[in-house]
Amino acid sequence: MATVTAPALDLAARFPQAVRPDTRPGYSGWIVEKDHLLEVATALRDEFGYDLLSSVTGVDYYPDTMEVVYHAYKTTGGPGIVFKVQVPRQDPIEVPSVTPIWAGAEFQEREAWDLLGIRFVGHPDLRRILTWEGFAGHPLRKDWKEPFYEEEAKPYKSRWPDGKFFYAEEKNPFKDNLKFPPDFNPEDWTPDKADALLYASLARYLKSDDELKTDRVIINLGPQHPSTHGVFRAVAVLDGETVVALKPVVGYLHRNHEKIGERNTFLQNMPFTDRLDYFNSMSNNWAYALAVEKLMGIQVPERAEYLRVIMAELSRIQNHLILIGMLLNDLGAYFTPSLYAFEERELILDIFEAASGSRMMCNYHRFGGVVRDIPPEALQKLKGLVYDRLPRKVDEFDRLLTENEILVSRLKGVGKLSAEDAIRYSITGPVLRACGVPYDVRRAEPYGIYDRFDFDVAVRYNGDVYDWYLIRLDEIRQSLRILDQAIRQMPEGPVMSTKPQYQVRVPPGEAYGRIEAPKGELGFYVVSNGKPNPWRYHVRAPSFVNITALEKMCVGNKIADFVVILGAIDIVLGELDR
Amino acid sequence: MYGKGILKGLSVTLKHFIDTYLDDIAWWGKRYYTPEGIARRSSPQGRGIFTIQYPEERRPLPEEFRYLPFLVYDEGPNGEKEIRCTSCGICTKVCPAQCIWIVRTTDPNTGRPVPQPAEFYIDADLCMNCGFCAEYCPFDAIKMDHDFEVASYGRNVYSLEKLLKPASYYAKIRPLNYAREEEARKAKEASKAAKSA
Repeated sequence: MATVTAPALDLAARFPQAVRPDTRPGYSGWIVEKDHLLEVATALRDEFGYDLLSSVTGVDYYPDTMEVVYHAYKTTGGPGIVFKVQVPRQDPIEVPSVTPIWAGAEFQEREAWDLLGIRFVGHPDLRRILTWEGFAGHPLRKDWKEPFYEEEAKPYKSRWPDGKFFYAEEKNPFKDNLKFPPDFNPEDWTPDKADALLYASLARYLKSDDELKTDRVIINLGPQHPSTHGVFRAVAVLDGETVVALKPVVGYLHRNHEKIGERNTFLQNMPFTDRLDYFNSMSNNWAYALAVEKLMGIQVPERAEYLRVIMAELSRIQNHLILIGMLLNDLGAYFTPSLYAFEERELILDIFEAASGSRMMCNYHRFGGVVRDIPPEALQKLKGLVYDRLPRKVDEFDRLLTENEILVSRLKGVGKLSAEDAIRYSITGPVLRACGVPYDVRRAEPYGIYDRFDFDVAVRYNGDVYDWYLIRLDEIRQSLRILDQAIRQMPEGPVMSTKPQYQVRVPPGEAYGRIEAPKGELGFYVVSNGKPNPWRYHVRAPSFVNITALEKMCVGNKIADFVVILGAIDIVLGELDR
Repeated sequence: MYGKGILKGLSVTLKHFIDTYLDDIAWWGKRYYTPEGIARRSSPQGRGIFTIQYPEERRPLPEEFRYLPFLVYDEGPNGEKEIRCTSCGICTKVCPAQCIWIVRTTDPNTGRPVPQPAEFYIDADLCMNCGFCAEYCPFDAIKMDHDFEVASYGRNVYSLEKLLKPASYYAKIRPLNYAREEEARKAKEASKAAKSA
């Protein structure tokens, strides 16, 4: 089991005035004084080797304290460190920004500002990120309530025992169903005004020091653009065709997943996690189940562990195949590669459907196991896929694409990222490994039963999009190796260690469950206070963190390469915007 | 040689093209609109054209397929509907979307609750098909349906009449589950009878 155990190093001894251990029951890690945060963080990165900042988030301990929680790991592997900064919950809530130390904190700090109202002093560009400027308040604060507020937590009392049905809009009529900030007038709002801050942050790039005095132009790509795989927008400053600066604008699909998660009971969150990265609901389920199982301290039976591995690896295979297919779509090779990929994906989804009941919204994992065993005919089909069809098909993809001269010339040398930059920007997953960092959570801090399997961490060293493409093929091959072993070793037995309960008891405490999802490190930070609903439920989404470095990847490349880079990072907006 | 990679790739697409006809010839007359043909096309051995011509052709649904809940009733000896639901409310409590609404029946004489739903609503537009209600129902009274063709022009709030379906229908769509539950129920009744005897 992967756990954030009490760190071996004694931070309190190193910083006697600045750091004390977190002694609350169920909690671990260190509490750092606000004024010493930068000093401690620098030491953690440079002296102790915690170079990868995984997650930054806030917790609202209403009514007294606001807490910022940091999870940092070493790219050389091993357990991570968790440290926190506590500040009184009185506006303005200010915490020093760690973005200068770990660039990957940039978007996560913006998110914490947006949703919790924690001001990060020293942040280069602290604007709202997921909600818009006409949004009143900070929704994840415990005293923030939506316009149609029913109750603090589900289950709602109106449903039973006298469940007279009503439509929500009857109680929440049009025009009363939104709130604006006091100084905001929706009548005179224009998109230009909304983007004023954004364009202001790009203004310094508009002046060219070129002798020819050419103009630089701002170009908006998206939010409706076929290359963005959803509603993603990027604002680029161009010098001719070359990208000089680029800001991603996200949040068009935001639904405040985390607030919904805090209203839900622990179990009710499980189907909601399906809807994050809707290509890989099996992996999402697993990461969330890991976090809650860690809090509950329950074990998972052998067979369920194997089933989890099988489902997660199948999920990775179909995700990577689709990624390659769709990347080729973005490049203009319309639909031949992507439909070849979809063929394999449909066969894999048949197995998900037979086991879980749904092709995409699997909702397969439970705390302490999986919901049901895999039916014998699906297992038979799985064997046919793993031992015969998929290896053949991966080789076929290889033949179809890898040496194609047009593909190679479009991908080679594009989006180049050095290993140091990739780590600094907290990039995880295939993109990090293609930049020459052999960091894979399955190896670095094995969860489930990954320590039993014999597989290689795929790694490539050029860090360009061509390597990002190649590493996906490598990873599919490694996943097939894991599947081969898992199917052979899988024992008979039960798939749940506990009696199925619709209301689980989760002791107070915090837990961070993370897995190597196909898109990168997927983490769930869950805080329980012993009630049926989580006090805090945070998703560290790989898509969201990985695009922090989008600007870094695009600058210096042509605008047409933006499409390639974005396609190859592998984002999914359901997870990015949450 | 420049262009070798492209030619290599084209050989793959050519192979796919030829495979289509090879399989069509090998399965002459049986490849389309037959259950074996559909099974062949969606098996790991399948090659060539892969699509299923919905709605003329339909892929068999696996037993665990879930789409919108329904309520199970047993048919009494005189054809009356014995609703299994006791309106205990577990499905409403576990429902993540909170789309189930139950009104309990009360005895008009005593004012006490009777284990029977007076009204039962499922807002099918909110339902996220997670299957929790069926999974945690202690009376096997609510089950997930296989009927996914429910598109309509209006809002879909299903009331008791629309939700009730006979146990024979349930046995048809989920034979293994039904058999397992019946066995468990019979075992329970037998042990109860043994205890009282």
